[in-house]
Amino acid sequence: MGSLEINGPRILFRIMGYPITETIRNQWIIMAFVIVLAFWVSRNLKKIPSGKQHIAEIWISMVQGLVKQAMGDKNMWFAPYVVALMPYLFFCNISGLVGLRSPTADLNTTLGMSLMTIFMFHFFNIRFNGIVAYLKGYLSPFVFFLPINIIGELSRPVSLSFRLFGNLFGGSVIISLIYFLLPVFLRLVVPIPFHIYFDLFSGGIQTFIFSMLTMVFIANAIG
Amino acid sequence: MNDSLILGRAIVLAGSAIGAGIGLIAGLGPGIGQGYAAGKGAEAVGRQPEARADITQTMLLGQAVAETTGIYSLVVALILVLLNPLVGLVG
Repeated sequence: MGSLEINGPRILFRIMGYPITETIRNQWIIMAFVIVLAFWVSRNLKKIPSGKQHIAEIWISMVQGLVKQAMGDKNMWFAPYVVALMPYLFFCNISGLVGLRSPTADLNTTLGMSLMTIFMFHFFNIRFNGIVAYLKGYLSPFVFFLPINIIGELSRPVSLSFRLFGNLFGGSVIISLIYFLLPVFLRLVVPIPFHIYFDLFSGGIQTFIFSMLTMVFIANAIG
Repeated sequence: MNDSLILGRAIVLAGSAIGAGIGLIAGLGPGIGQGYAAGKGAEAVGRQPEARADITQTMLLGQAVAETTGIYSLVVALILVLLNPLVGLVG
């Protein structure tokens, strides 16, 4: 029986003292994959779609439907961000299937993603409602709620990032426990349903949840 | 390293492991809540099968938010077991 090793992403090398971990390398691979996929799918588009263009159109119209439902007709300008966000997060979540360590099983990645959402939340809140209404929002329903509102705002990125991180990291811990407990000749077959649940299903659901919460937050900010 | 220090570290490690196990009792709450939401979702689909997509989406969103406390306890338990932050306090 091998030893059970559960640890964070390894540091591969350093560029000017800045550590490049497995997380960052896998993110680069996934970003390159998503960019290449997007280029390949959108090359020589035709009026009458065929082949790969069907997939692209289904994808775009599905995301546009989601945005329309969650944010309303007047906020359709937000759709491109979600169109890019969802494949990135999804491929990050399922990258465990091809032996890459999931970048989203690292709190740094998920905290970065949720900070982007939170930054947009505050930015659009100020831009669409004005700074006065934004600051007044902290005093609602009356003045004594100021500390509670501030704690509530601070807990938003924490809960958003820990949800994604906890799901993915917990899944990877359980998967490695299963591999550790099984004898070698069973490792080929038995983990497959667990991979389907923890990587594909959980990864897809968490992608959907993160994108939906982002849309709901920003729709609330715009008001 | 003297004996009392080893004993102290062993006690801290045992306490961390027990604490992680007890902490995961927090999984009860999200489990009950998500099951309740899923049951209500099934009821709603039975009553209004044509709104299936909307109901599923709303249910999943609510369940994900309800899951947060369970995920917190999971993260705390993993930190207690894997990082052993309390061992450094001994000696």
